[in-house]
Amino acid sequence: MSELIKGATGDWEMVIGLEVHAQVVSNAKLFSGAATAFGAAPNSQVSTVDAGFPGMLPVINAYCVEQAVRTGLGLKAKINLTSVFDRKNYFYADLPNGYQISQYKDPIVGEGRLLLDMPDGSTREIGITRLHLEQDAGKSLHDQHPNLTFVDLNRAGVALMEIVSEPDMRTAEEAALYITKLRTVLRYLGTCDGNMEEGSMRADVNVSVRRPGAPFGTRCEIKNVNSIRFVRAAIEYEARRQIEILEDGGEIRQETRLFDSVKGVTRSMRSKEDAHDYRYFPDPDLLPLVLDAEWVKGIEAGLPELPDEKKARLVAEYGIKPYDAWVLVAEREPADFFEAVAKGRDPKLAASWVMGDFFAMLNRLGKSVTESPVSAESLGQLIDLISDNTISGRIAKEVFEAMVETGKAPAAIVEEKGLRQVTDTGAIEAAIDDVLAKNQDKVAEYRSGKDKLFGFFVGQVMKATQGKANPAAVNDILKAKLQG
Amino acid sequence: MASDLTRLSLAEAREGLRARKFSAVELTRAYLGAMEAARGLNAYITETPDLALEQAAASDARLAAGTAGSLEGLPLAIKDLYATRGVLTTAASHILDGFTPTYESTVTTSLWREGAVMLGKANMDEFAMGGSNENSYYGPVVNPWRRNGDTAALVPGGSSGGSAAAVAADLCVAALGTDTGGSIRQPAAFTGTVGIKPTYGRCSRFGIIAFASSLEQAGPMTKTVTDAAILLGAIAGHDPHDSTSVPVPVPDYAAALTGDLRGKKIGIPKEYRVDGMPAEIEAWWQKGADWLRAAGAEVVEVSLPHSRHALPAYYIVAPAEASSNLARYDGVRFGLRVPGKDLTEMYENTRGEGFGKEVRRRILIGTYVLSAGYYDAYYSRAQKLRRLIANDFETAFETVDAILAPTTPSAAFASGEKADPLSMYLGDVFTVTANLAGLPAMSVPAGLSAEGLPLGLQVIGKAFDEAGVLNVGYALERAAGFDAKPAAWWRA
Amino acid sequence: MSVDPATVKKVARLARIRVDDAELPALADEVNGILHFVEQLQSVDVTGVAPLTSVVHRSLPLRADVITDGGDPEKVLANAPDRLESFFTVPKVIE
Ligand SMILES: [Mg+2]
Ligand SMILES: [Zn+2]
Repeated sequence: MSELIKGATGDWEMVIGLEVHAQVVSNAKLFSGAATAFGAAPNSQVSTVDAGFPGMLPVINAYCVEQAVRTGLGLKAKINLTSVFDRKNYFYADLPNGYQISQYKDPIVGEGRLLLDMPDGSTREIGITRLHLEQDAGKSLHDQHPNLTFVDLNRAGVALMEIVSEPDMRTAEEAALYITKLRTVLRYLGTCDGNMEEGSMRADVNVSVRRPGAPFGTRCEIKNVNSIRFVRAAIEYEARRQIEILEDGGEIRQETRLFDSVKGVTRSMRSKEDAHDYRYFPDPDLLPLVLDAEWVKGIEAGLPELPDEKKARLVAEYGIKPYDAWVLVAEREPADFFEAVAKGRDPKLAASWVMGDFFAMLNRLGKSVTESPVSAESLGQLIDLISDNTISGRIAKEVFEAMVETGKAPAAIVEEKGLRQVTDTGAIEAAIDDVLAKNQDKVAEYRSGKDKLFGFFVGQVMKATQGKANPAAVNDILKAKLQG
Repeated sequence: MASDLTRLSLAEAREGLRARKFSAVELTRAYLGAMEAARGLNAYITETPDLALEQAAASDARLAAGTAGSLEGLPLAIKDLYATRGVLTTAASHILDGFTPTYESTVTTSLWREGAVMLGKANMDEFAMGGSNENSYYGPVVNPWRRNGDTAALVPGGSSGGSAAAVAADLCVAALGTDTGGSIRQPAAFTGTVGIKPTYGRCSRFGIIAFASSLEQAGPMTKTVTDAAILLGAIAGHDPHDSTSVPVPVPDYAAALTGDLRGKKIGIPKEYRVDGMPAEIEAWWQKGADWLRAAGAEVVEVSLPHSRHALPAYYIVAPAEASSNLARYDGVRFGLRVPGKDLTEMYENTRGEGFGKEVRRRILIGTYVLSAGYYDAYYSRAQKLRRLIANDFETAFETVDAILAPTTPSAAFASGEKADPLSMYLGDVFTVTANLAGLPAMSVPAGLSAEGLPLGLQVIGKAFDEAGVLNVGYALERAAGFDAKPAAWWRA
Repeated sequence: MSVDPATVKKVARLARIRVDDAELPALADEVNGILHFVEQLQSVDVTGVAPLTSVVHRSLPLRADVITDGGDPEKVLANAPDRLESFFTVPKVIE
């Protein structure tokens, strides 16, 4: 799936690896009892532990550990029963202790994998190197004052999972698919809300370029990219920048860069100019984290059905196309909605309704599945009305629009508007006789070989019956009469 | 009457208070008076007389009501490394200028719960780094002891030098210190007082300003072994706020003091006979062994082969942890800020000016040994040595119940005598091993040197066997009969 | 191993401690004295010995995921050398 970039001197290939920081869903912080909710007043969710006051000590949140293990299991990764918390030492205004508690040599989760769902329906496996738990830093606000930076420590100490991928991606699109899929898995697991606007997921993007088949080139790390669109843009820009340098005979300097979303460019980070020497060492305030294998098994047993499995099951159980299945499972709610509609009904009909009119309606209204004016139950009833020939597919569209507008049950709408399909052959016959009588000339043309007119007659009959005539019956009777 | 009250041990004062022979307010006033007369010793950074009298009055009320705690009305000095809510807490550093915690350390919380009275915050070496108390931003502490016929100022040892001097000069009934490499035991030895460093994990470190987290412990500094047992009983115990605190039941330490060592084996580590050890140190050590034998113990030689690597290992591990622990002093959230043209310059100015020489030196060493390319050669290797040292003790404790050693290789020395940091570091040679191995160890006064200065003997015990250590110390105390007091020259 | 004044300057920068250039040679001497002292560890055979990072032999204790702290900005801002409303403030940082 490698897409090469044409340079002036030949083809280039991108090599991309991602480090995603995902905020753990928990009530309290990783090492303190302060709250984690988004959007609180500045410094209102800060304990003296988070603010690095003298003598304060960390105590780990059991639920954050559980969430990391759950995520590891969801990524089919190895759970390390012994892991170690280290200190990563550096100075920054929003890093109160002068170090971040993180995991360095012994992370809680080892190698795993993530499947990308490609648009052609195939999948592509991306390796996960590791997942570790660490503390978030606070927030620096640089634009509030002409010569001061403001520091808010609400986020300081919130639990993050840093999920590191192998450098397995070759296009910006793959990187975007990776983040999308990772977010899907985390949301299914309930371990991260995946809300990139609120900073619950941020990506550090490692980009390098090489000649196809050549060893890896020198990479640059673009820090803290906070939307999928920006990840794509940052990679495209950065790859072009590197190719330009290399084609001019230059060399890539390994550095940390920042994506400027306004200008659409990456630039060297001034604050990170100093070569970093993080002086990692085991945090002496903490002990090695030892997990019980049985406890891990218990968490594994309680995992929800994950998107890959759900997708495979939808394909197998309902016979829908893999890509359609992926569209359905990308989030939990549409998949659940679909299954509620499809259960005990024609799956193809259910899929076409959910993915067609239903999604189109949500799109038009700007609503999510959970906010839908039409419930799975009533959409199912509508499909039942089609299946038992109470209404035709065409009428069903009209009924559906009325359901969206009025919220009424489909059967009620059908009755109210008298949309019930006409299956009484006598009535259909009368309508057909009437149409044929009014169009003697066309009947003659048809009989002389102009088969295509058949559709015209059907249309006229349907019009005369306001679309309520059973199409199959119309076909049969019409055919017989025209031949006779 | 006032000065007599200050001569009482903690156990005696407690009895007097319970018998209502004097009130907590009277006892507190006696100490406040003594403190005022002893300002020349510079034992306290901050005196808290108003708080003390308020607490004492409350103690008297509880004593009258019969709801007294185990330390009710007993006036203590608290090393200024403990965070005390609403009371200036400095770690003897310029960088903590004006710092008033909004929280209380777990250990001092226990003291106040038991009814103790705080006289003030004791002076110390800055951030507990030092062995002479000359590294305090608030000036050196003077040892109440002087050499025979000499008025030269001597150091009280360190880093808990203010606590030790305050106990020795009767400026408190007892004190809290902390011990990272000998910071309770060495000043105790230099001042003729008792000090115990409990097992690592025995007392909570929550609210104690960190220097080297994996080594340090809180501990009592007292006039007698019994006092140490009482005070330790009050501060020991598991604390869920300290992840390295260990949930082990706390026995009644005072009840364990029998002085009877029959059936006990005491080890004499042969590697502690270091080159150049003064003969009188060796002699007192020998005498200590005899006393323990007399108390019924069997004394045998043991080997701690990696002991000689303890000091270098310590001077890698402790600065490494310190370099990280002290990164939080950056002028942003508390303490001193020295402006700069940008954030980095503000950091550098604040930390350059806020830290004293020794602290800066250790931060630099610690930063260096952890930096890229040196971690394995220094830090990792030192931690391996640490395991070998701990293993030595484990092996020794398969055959003996406790180990007897000198506390220090010399008596108190004169101010300015050890200008070279290394010669200062060597003063910890007998004490650091217990910190590296996390074992309980105490210093008990043995007698006076030829120059008339106190010397201490050290008892090192098995993990969580503070009761055993205290009992050996009690036997030493009884045999030594040490009752010398420094002449109160500072009152002049 | 021994360090030169330039290395001391680099380390001081890493530790964010201002050291005047004039102090560097003396400081390098002191640091070297200590490094030389700890150098003796290089001669000890430590093959197969695992580093001892804590003497406490138990697993990391866990606490429940309950909000027990925070909610009081003044508690953390009370000691701030410089603040504006409920923010800590520092010289402006340009990223
Ligand atoms: Mg990273
Ligand atoms: Zn990270």
